[in-house]
Amino acid sequence: MNILGWGLTAAVALAGLGTLAALVAPERVRPMLAGAATAGVGGAGLAAGVAAVAGVGYHARLPWLLPLFGVELVLDPLGGLFVAVAGGVSLVAAVYGIGYAARGHGNQSRSTQAVLPLFVLTLLLVPAAGSVSTLLVTWELMALTSLVLVLTDHRARPRVTHAGLWYAVMTHLGFVAILAGLVAFAAAAGGDTFEALRAARLSPALAAVVFGAALVGFGSKAGLVPLHVWLPRAHPEAPSQVSAMLSAAMVNLGVYGVVRVGLDLLGGGPAGWWLVVLGLGAASALYGILHAAMASDLKRLLAYSTVENMGLVFLAVGVAGLFHAHGEERLAAVALAAGLLHVVNHAGFKTVLFLTAGSVLRATGGRDLNALGGLSRRMPVTTGLFAFGALGAMALPPGNGFVSEWLLLQSLVHPPAGTGVVTAVVLPLAVAVVALTAGLAMATFVKALGVGFFARPRSHVPERAVESPPLMLAAVGVAAAACAGLAVAPTALGPALSRVTGDTLDVAPAVVGGALTVRLAGIASTISPVLILVALVAAVALTALLAQVVARRPARRRDAPLWDCGAGPPTPRMQYTATSFAEPLQRVFADVLAPETTVDTQHASPYLLARMRYQRRLPDRIEYWLYRPVLVAVNALSRSARALANGSVHRYLAYGFFGSIALLVALVVIP
Amino acid sequence: MTDSLQDPVTAVVASLAQVAVVVLVAPLLVGLMRQVRARMEGRVGAGVWQPWRDLRKLFRRQPVTPVGTTWAFRAAPLLLVATALVVAATIPLLTTHTVLDRVADLFAVVGLLTLGTVVLALAALNTGTAFGGMGASREVTVLALVEPTILVAVFALSARVGSTNLGQLVDAALHDPLRVVSPASLLAAAALLVVTVAETGRLPVDNPATHLELTMLHEAMVLEYSGVDLGLVELAASMRLTLLLGLVASLFTPWGIATSLAGLPLALVAFTAKVAVLAAALAAAEVLLAKLRLFRVPELLAGSFVLALLAATTSFFLA
Repeated sequence: MNILGWGLTAAVALAGLGTLAALVAPERVRPMLAGAATAGVGGAGLAAGVAAVAGVGYHARLPWLLPLFGVELVLDPLGGLFVAVAGGVSLVAAVYGIGYAARGHGNQSRSTQAVLPLFVLTLLLVPAAGSVSTLLVTWELMALTSLVLVLTDHRARPRVTHAGLWYAVMTHLGFVAILAGLVAFAAAAGGDTFEALRAARLSPALAAVVFGAALVGFGSKAGLVPLHVWLPRAHPEAPSQVSAMLSAAMVNLGVYGVVRVGLDLLGGGPAGWWLVVLGLGAASALYGILHAAMASDLKRLLAYSTVENMGLVFLAVGVAGLFHAHGEERLAAVALAAGLLHVVNHAGFKTVLFLTAGSVLRATGGRDLNALGGLSRRMPVTTGLFAFGALGAMALPPGNGFVSEWLLLQSLVHPPAGTGVVTAVVLPLAVAVVALTAGLAMATFVKALGVGFFARPRSHVPERAVESPPLMLAAVGVAAAACAGLAVAPTALGPALSRVTGDTLDVAPAVVGGALTVRLAGIASTISPVLILVALVAAVALTALLAQVVARRPARRRDAPLWDCGAGPPTPRMQYTATSFAEPLQRVFADVLAPETTVDTQHASPYLLARMRYQRRLPDRIEYWLYRPVLVAVNALSRSARALANGSVHRYLAYGFFGSIALLVALVVIP
Repeated sequence: MTDSLQDPVTAVVASLAQVAVVVLVAPLLVGLMRQVRARMEGRVGAGVWQPWRDLRKLFRRQPVTPVGTTWAFRAAPLLLVATALVVAATIPLLTTHTVLDRVADLFAVVGLLTLGTVVLALAALNTGTAFGGMGASREVTVLALVEPTILVAVFALSARVGSTNLGQLVDAALHDPLRVVSPASLLAAAALLVVTVAETGRLPVDNPATHLELTMLHEAMVLEYSGVDLGLVELAASMRLTLLLGLVASLFTPWGIATSLAGLPLALVAFTAKVAVLAAALAAAEVLLAKLRLFRVPELLAGSFVLALLAATTSFFLA
């Protein structure tokens, strides 16, 4: 057994210990014990994942663990990347959770704390699964444990139950799709292990069915439009450290599934498949960020931003598959590397953002941006950390999101000759989608940071906020440091990305290279994130120095009340809120969003208004048009089925009798 | 023939010259535009040097920190100027081999300029005034809608060169003059000009001459600034105008850019002439244009996006 085996064994052992400890320990120490065990599981996963990405292989077969097929664990570089990300995110979030629960905050219930280590363990085992049955079992365990965690606060808020219901239904529909697709695949391949699947030759029709089912199943986990409806409900309602794990680690496994099945096991496929992936990714990116730009609930905003970022990753994967189908392996490798790097970057900044949002929730009890404001005075460190995460999410230099979006754009703007009209139209449109997404992300996070953390307090709630305890700040600080590392030294991940893409696409290594400067295989463009940062710092210093020199007297600052064009002092209620900030964009995209606004006016006299009420609702249009008819139909069907069950025992016995007869007849008639 | 400027020391000298020229020329360019407008409207005008006089005055004034603002408000002017300085050291205005040419490509340049706007919008929100919020909200809306046009135009320009680094883009245009008049290039130029107008807050998107008008964007964000801070913001705004005009000039009329150290004085003359002509043309157009209603601006930007998209697809087929 090598380091990977030891890492996974340690993770399993720690998860078991953590669950046991949470079940027996008294409430006071329960979060600490379960949190420490969860952090241990995450740490073990991080170590194993890093080793796997570095090229250490692992293969284990445990035939006694599952009847019929046994458990098959394989950790290759692709799986290792996702294990490492999930492990890192869980490590940070679990340590944060210990601080979060201290002094009576958060949820210490036995079920939540006992399930937490198990959930993290399943996050590590899904990418390590080496056979269809193992993947399905771990996938379902992940769905169940995460459902328990989402439902943590169901007694306090009825919305949580509602969100849990949506999540349960969607995740199981997704599971059914994956089950059907992969079982058909395994049946055709005559084997259950990934090796057997890789060697199989499927008919084009069956391959398309398998890929379509996998795309639906895995895509729903990643929040791909139109299967995203559960995500903006479930992620915000979970406890904040769980939100971070869901949004930064669990959604990635949807990407993993599509890459594993589509590019690795099925070995590519026709360009049409990947155009679908690309289109769904583009739609998710735009739709997600548009709703994030409108949201005024901080955690809901972050959840929609997850839909956006997963959309960008799927766009990159789609481009990779498209180029792969055209035989442009180098560009395909760059696009895949961009997608995987964005998975890592997104995990980094989304962890920071969700955990700081949790700190705000803990300090103020609210997450409505329209009631916040002025937090930068009361919680300076948390504000700084949120600002850092937001820089990454805005994809601006020198943040970490910029590097992966740059890679993605590079894979798009160097079109290979002779790939047909479709790419000539699709690639510029894809660039436009990425650009509009980046622009709207900028607006979204300017709103979140500017309205929520800067400005002046809009209610008495943020005025009483206090800074989080050191343990929480330290945990978020570690995540922020990881983001900073990714931002200035993305080339450190170069060999890992090259190995993963090389394994998946069979191209020569060194896709992403260089030391200070990022160099790509076959593309002349370069950037150097670290030197951009150095240049910016130098320019700030130079400007400050020159401003001091030019101002003859040493410029002493004077405090004065707000000028506000002489109209001041304005009250905090006169500030722009999150809703008013987003109003211009809402008007521009009114056709897509279809907002419902009502204005109630009461007149004191024909000329004077007594009071005015403005209300805006922004229901998810896809949910309205796509899901509501289905729900209505299912409801109607179940109501009409009531007539079948009128309470008569005779009738039920008759159903059983005729049912068995029908089955027997069917078995005889059908050969 | 480009060897002499690839030497690191000369690259540093040329880049520093570029930064100095941008800082010195930028306020003059704003002065020139105001003067052109004044003359066309039958006024005498304050002269080309007026913006510099204003800056000198502002830099000697004591800065005022409005009560309730935090570090974001104080840091924004410095960061805004810093992003403009880094961009000035990156893009090829006088030479195609700037020190930062391999460090930041066109995407990074766009990102840096956006970063400047973002910090200013955050500072405006930090004041907690209605005007600050209004300006920030409108500015980021326009910026978000401008982004696709810029990047698709970049696509059109870089698709055939194989690189998004500005030095290589301009070099390619220098070596193949016919490339400049290709349909893709002309369409991209038109798209980028509209973007420049929107990004720098000129008519018909924003009116830089008004305060206290409900339709304003950029000026509403900087209302609370005073003294040195306001001076820095004004300087940065004029630098961004110069940089974007210079970028358009270099990409579409690259002639005169220095290929050796001896060519720098000529490049300086050529650069000044090109941006002066562009600025004067912009100012003349402003006299004839009315400001668009804010909610008509997206239509203008959508038009420019269509131009950029056409440029990108043409670059494919006529490659």
